[in-house]
Amino acid sequence: MSSPIESGRILSYGDALCEAVAMEMERDESVFVIGLNVTDHKAILGSTRGLVQRFGPDRVIESPLSEDAVTGIATGAAMAGLRPIHVHIRMDFLMLCMNQLVNMSAKAHYMYNGQLKAPMVVRAIIGKSWGQGAQHSQALHGMFMHVPGLKVVAPSNAYDAKGCMIAAIRDNNPVIFVEHRMLYYTDAFVPEESYTVEFGKARIVRPGDDITVVGISNMLVESLRAQELLAEIGISAEVIDPISLAPLDMDAITKSVRKTGRLLVVDNAWTSTGASAEILAGVAERLGGERPIMVSRMGFAPTTCPTTSALEKGFYPTPVTIASRIHRMVRPDAAVWEPDAGHAEMAYQLKFRGPF
Amino acid sequence: MVEDIYRSLRLIRRTEEEVARLYPSDVIKSPIHLSIGQEFVSVGVIGAVGDDDVVSATYRGHAAYIAKGGDLRRFMAEMYGKANGCAGGKAGSMHLIDMERNVLGMSAVVATTIPVSVGYAMALKREGRGRIVVCFFGDGASEEGVFSESLNFASLHKIPVLFVCENNGYAIHARIEERWANEALSRRVETFGIPARHVADGNVFSIRKAAEELVGYIRAGNGPAFMECAAYRWREHVGPNEDYNDGYRERAALEAWQAKDQMEVVGAMLDQGRRRTIDAGIEEMIADAVQFADAGPWPEPEQLYAHVFAD
Repeated sequence: MSSPIESGRILSYGDALCEAVAMEMERDESVFVIGLNVTDHKAILGSTRGLVQRFGPDRVIESPLSEDAVTGIATGAAMAGLRPIHVHIRMDFLMLCMNQLVNMSAKAHYMYNGQLKAPMVVRAIIGKSWGQGAQHSQALHGMFMHVPGLKVVAPSNAYDAKGCMIAAIRDNNPVIFVEHRMLYYTDAFVPEESYTVEFGKARIVRPGDDITVVGISNMLVESLRAQELLAEIGISAEVIDPISLAPLDMDAITKSVRKTGRLLVVDNAWTSTGASAEILAGVAERLGGERPIMVSRMGFAPTTCPTTSALEKGFYPTPVTIASRIHRMVRPDAAVWEPDAGHAEMAYQLKFRGPF
Repeated sequence: MVEDIYRSLRLIRRTEEEVARLYPSDVIKSPIHLSIGQEFVSVGVIGAVGDDDVVSATYRGHAAYIAKGGDLRRFMAEMYGKANGCAGGKAGSMHLIDMERNVLGMSAVVATTIPVSVGYAMALKREGRGRIVVCFFGDGASEEGVFSESLNFASLHKIPVLFVCENNGYAIHARIEERWANEALSRRVETFGIPARHVADGNVFSIRKAAEELVGYIRAGNGPAFMECAAYRWREHVGPNEDYNDGYRERAALEAWQAKDQMEVVGAMLDQGRRRTIDAGIEEMIADAVQFADAGPWPEPEQLYAHVFAD
């Protein structure tokens, strides 16, 4: 949907991830995959399909339910020269890995003064919808962005998923690789050859003049839907995909806001002390006094995610709420406007039926 | 062998005593956790492995660092926070490292190095040269969940790692009786399919012998093994002093251990003239290391930002 190329082969998000890992495993003997269910018939939503058959159980390792230890094991293996990819079917289980990630992986290179490095990828899938509930709907990238030594990427489409995965595997640091469950239902043009998407480079997905909208992870998709709705009433939104959250391309975002004078960050997470707060603060620091700017942010409601759909629908920003917020920012004196809800159904609602 | 063991015990003891002597002068601004009195565990176990094998230890890791042959000058400079320290001053006492001597980085967060050691050993297994990792930790670390997780994984995948629990009976000041429902640690470990030895006599040769047997077992491709070694921490948990006046333990316990001080026991086995020569050499080494640390430069300010990320 938001792939930067406009022709070629169509691939799903999960297949793009799988292809990236397979290509790197083929290229580099030191790459291996470890995680619960990486070898089973469902193969982590298809993203590890065929890998164990192709590379064997020594390189595609089924894991016990030991997230903390396996994170440390991956860290130790990385210190010894291997390149582990640790897979989590749900990001929530990263809470069990925080000790190793924050106290060991992130700091090893620094506190040992460069004598060790921990080149590892931690794949974390965010859940959503169909009543995923309190513990399978959260996004924790903001926590990891806080810690020096960790890189955090959140590609929003299959093209970036492949390119970021190859870059993450080759990176000599621990990389938290954030994947949204709903993005697995999206397709994009994805080159067959190997390529990398550089970290720290945001992409202007849709150019515009009236407002800068930064959409993170799945919220990039919802922001694009909002942008289409706004175009119908003559509002031109510049939609930016940061792709990489740490490092974060503040230069590209600032440049856009310098032009539009308005910034809305739509995060696929809570707003307080998170990525949206960081982006707003960063722009304010850089543009301080240069020109007046209007800023706003959207994200999860400041609650725990409820399971029932009657409440869950209020938890997430939607194309309707995003478009409405943008309208208010661009035309503050106009009457409140909301696009037709039937017109703004989210993409996943057409395809997704559950149970997972 | 006896002479090597004595030299190592003596070097560790005297180095740490020198660290303790210097400490009040504030040249060392790093929390120190001294191994004084329990050096014999590191010396006994590490004597059973080769230079190519890897040793992982905890924040109480001076003994393991020195026993493994870690550079003494760079050790002392690291205590001082100098640029010529083993980690350029970024590690201090608690995160020592010397990868040239296969001393894997240490950690201040209890038990964190246990899975890291398993992962490192997994890579060594794949390397296929028969190298192993020795992973030291304390009795407190055995209470963390990651300990059990790591035992299971290591046994399941036959990882070449020797787990060594230095059981000194205290987690900071909390007694083991307050923390363990059952003291049969070795039996707990055995349920993972890992051979376990409990060396309770505080004897460096007993430890050496058990370690040699278990290292042979690991090198034969059988997977991990485990040792629990009884020991006693003579000084306070952190810092250079004794703390028998704080009321949480009795001096009588210390005296029982001091009566079988392995440095003295092994030293008595040597020709006493030879022993004096060794001792004099050690004093020279320590004086040289202190001089090296003292004369070393501070890190340049821009080093604050060096190594946040690896290139």
